[in-house]
Amino acid sequence: MIRAALNAISLWAIPVLLVGIPLVGMIRKLKVYDVFIEGAKEGFQVALRIIPFLVGILVAIGMFRASGAMDILTNALRPLTTATGFPADLVPLAILRTLSGSGSLAFTTDLVKRFGPDSVLGRTAATMYGSSETTFYVLAVYFGSIGVKRTRHAIPAALTGDLVAAIAAVAVCSWMF
Amino acid sequence: MLNYIWFGLMAIALIVAAFNGTAGAVTKGAVDSAKTAVEIALGLVGIMALWLGIMRVAEKAGLISLLGRLLRPFGRLLFPEIPPEHPAIGAMILNIAANMLGLSNAATPFGIKAMEELQELNPQKETASNAMVTFMALNTAGIQFIPATMIAVLAASGSKNPTAIISTTILATSCGAVAAVTTAKLLQRFFPYEETPPVDGTPDEATK
Repeated sequence: MIRAALNAISLWAIPVLLVGIPLVGMIRKLKVYDVFIEGAKEGFQVALRIIPFLVGILVAIGMFRASGAMDILTNALRPLTTATGFPADLVPLAILRTLSGSGSLAFTTDLVKRFGPDSVLGRTAATMYGSSETTFYVLAVYFGSIGVKRTRHAIPAALTGDLVAAIAAVAVCSWMF
Repeated sequence: MLNYIWFGLMAIALIVAAFNGTAGAVTKGAVDSAKTAVEIALGLVGIMALWLGIMRVAEKAGLISLLGRLLRPFGRLLFPEIPPEHPAIGAMILNIAANMLGLSNAATPFGIKAMEELQELNPQKETASNAMVTFMALNTAGIQFIPATMIAVLAASGSKNPTAIISTTILATSCGAVAAVTTAKLLQRFFPYEETPPVDGTPDEATK
């Protein structure tokens, strides 16, 4: 019931907003098309502005992944995970999730295929992917779009959230499934 | 901090490549990633123009500030330094709502608009304000109600009940979001806004 309602909202939200917002503008006697064009002009500049930030972050992450450093990091963390009961197969996913959207999607898909889509591990992997964001990409895009270079406590706060979400995914899935 | 992480990732890559003999792969990784970065950014142009245009209409029609006033308790709790009628609050609410519904391509322009509005209130243009960091914490937590991508992956792999992960995802992502925002609030005093030394030694435009 709630699920059906949420799906309907997802399906209809965009067309309704695209028509509904200008409709309110019309009622308020705005020149909606002119105002739209004025705002839309910014689109290109924003995209151009984030390019250097995105190149910087994605190149560093791309090099890190290609070197094979990920496997070393996973192995280094293994004793810690066996001590805490965090599934060792999910450690690379937890790290990769914050670094690379496409990389973590491919990794999750592979885990789901290997362990089965209805296995606890497959579902935990899917939950872990769904409950977080590609933190470094998000930070690069958003801070890059306004030219902020000193991000202060943004990275520690975001990574704490990612860590807690990953642990919560494991805990909730082992409890539910 | 980004300076250390950025350099660290590349330095580690070089050292590991020396041991693993993966220098070729590292070169390819760097070149491919640079290309991907531009493709992602340029791929955003159309959707960005569309939503920034609609956002401007919403702003001029007074809808953005209305949203901020309607959800005043939310704004006051998380962003006490931002006036509730400021367009930044409305844009942040739209960004979070779009993320929750899984409308990620609408969420990015809303979020960028929110950052631009927050930047107007930010005296030091190269330093993140407390409100920006709190907003980023909320955003990187990736709150969503319908993990559509994962449901599709599970379904494609032959799952009997692919939507089983909806409840677990909502629970896990909520824990992450609460932790991220709490950490942001707790840490803000340890990363003083004024005293953070400029990275490159040059004074801010705003403080000149």
